[in-house]
Amino acid sequence: MSNAIIWVIMVPFLGSLVSIIWSRYASLIAIISNLAALIASTVILTQVYQSGPFIHELGGWQAGLGISLRADALSSILLVMSMTVISAATFYASTYFTDAAKRARFWPLWLMLTVALNALLLSGDLFNLYVTLELLGLSAVALTALSDNRAALQAAIRYLSIGLLGSLVFLAGVALVYAGYGTLDLAALAKVVQANPLSQVAFGLMTAGLLIKSALFPLHFWLPSAHASAPAPVSAALSALVVKVAVYILLRLWIDVFDLVLTPASAMLLGTLGAIAVIWGSWQALQAQRLKLMAAYSTVAQIGYLFIFLPLIVVLPEGTLQDAAFTALLLMALTHGFAKSAFFLSAGVIQQYCGHDRIAELGGTARALPLTIFVIALSGVALIGLPPSGSFLGKWYLISSSFHAGQWWWIPVIVVGSILATAYVFRILGHAFGPGESIGRVLNWGREEIPALMLALIATLILGFGSAELWDLVAQHGDTTGN
Amino acid sequence: MISTQLLYSLAGVGLFAIGLRATLLHHLLLPRLLALNVCGAGVFLIFIAVAYAGIEGMADPVPHALVLTGIVVAVSATAMALALGRRLESKESETMKSEAMKDE
Repeated sequence: MSNAIIWVIMVPFLGSLVSIIWSRYASLIAIISNLAALIASTVILTQVYQSGPFIHELGGWQAGLGISLRADALSSILLVMSMTVISAATFYASTYFTDAAKRARFWPLWLMLTVALNALLLSGDLFNLYVTLELLGLSAVALTALSDNRAALQAAIRYLSIGLLGSLVFLAGVALVYAGYGTLDLAALAKVVQANPLSQVAFGLMTAGLLIKSALFPLHFWLPSAHASAPAPVSAALSALVVKVAVYILLRLWIDVFDLVLTPASAMLLGTLGAIAVIWGSWQALQAQRLKLMAAYSTVAQIGYLFIFLPLIVVLPEGTLQDAAFTALLLMALTHGFAKSAFFLSAGVIQQYCGHDRIAELGGTARALPLTIFVIALSGVALIGLPPSGSFLGKWYLISSSFHAGQWWWIPVIVVGSILATAYVFRILGHAFGPGESIGRVLNWGREEIPALMLALIATLILGFGSAELWDLVAQHGDTTGN
Repeated sequence: MISTQLLYSLAGVGLFAIGLRATLLHHLLLPRLLALNVCGAGVFLIFIAVAYAGIEGMADPVPHALVLTGIVVAVSATAMALALGRRLESKESETMKSEAMKDE
């Protein structure tokens, strides 16, 4: 059973190679290999749920020399989320590309993106994190450029150069860590890291590099153009997953490894940047003229919420309160992942139907594409944080943690952010329900609309009602790298 | 008299800083790519200095393996950026041609 941790990486990898050779059957290969990887990821999650975190040493080579893969509560939950979103987007993409040449280029890169995501989430040492981060960045850039127009190419070049800079800064931090401690294994580092100047500089460099990748305000400038100009299934994966795994690495480093180095003051600084991102991103989303650009700015805002948790987690006493804040952070990340990918997939349907995605000209789409607008409304519920979505619970715990930590000033930020989110979601719905000519059937394109609906339902219903399991999982096998 | 290791590390930090500054200042693709590669060379030099264990001692192999991987990544990323740049240029000249056609 522990082989699942290898299959979840190897199956999409083999799929990627095979899909280059048999490009005619590429979409079938992608669907099969991603479903297999989805099954493998749920096997990993059940294993973690039943018997706790586990490590797999590739080829029997021990950490330090070989590559070790590690699954714990945090990584296995995110793994299942990423495979669910990827699988849904794979079904969607199987009919999305009409141009045969584009389709042949899309599938190998798409599967490579899956490989990079899964390998990153299961990596147990800093250098593997760097390599997978680069692999992820390169495949994401190539997929962005697939739109093949001027805006997309410019966005892709900017995305690539800024991403390279981020990973080089991260790598410089990794070099310093190796100089100081002689190991890059996260579990081994967690035991030996001390709060000295070397650790602080190394930690600062790695954090700075990852902040570029996770697009925290004011380092978000590359995100809106890249996410808005990529093809719809790619935008979904970029916004829901690629940005989020950078946040995942940051959490790993901050909470598990460098917890002694992270001072409340630096956590407060990051929380403040997160708060600015919430307000500024939501405001820009409200101003945006195009649907996909609006969704991209909304991602900037939603990433901001995740950073507000940080100063709270640092201050709260270990135990139930800290676990609750950490779980709420995870729940927010999951809900955003599912909701935003559903949103981008629906935006893609609208773009294909109308030939544009200008918000002001969406009149009549609610009658022409009822299901798609329903999905947009559902994911809007999750973006605003209305019950019963997962982010309602997440925001609830964010507010109560702010009270417990004595940091009341985050509460107005959350309130204003939610009001702005309500405004930008209802702005779309207002235009969509406007007058228009055509009347469509409920379901127009099954392969495209149903995956989006599934993702939106997971975000609004399943994560809201079924999140008790998540609490158990984190409480039992929480943020422990040591074992 | 400073040690060899420190000298190389400081040179690495210097290269990194020069590359970083130039990356942030330049907006054209080619200078920016060159700057990024200088920046990367700085990081690799730091890694190599970390591995050094004196003239007598054997160098630590792990950082060498890391630098090799890093170089492969840097080369492929540079190649990709250049390819994207060329693609963008051909797109731009196409639009310019079609605009010129319209004018005539």
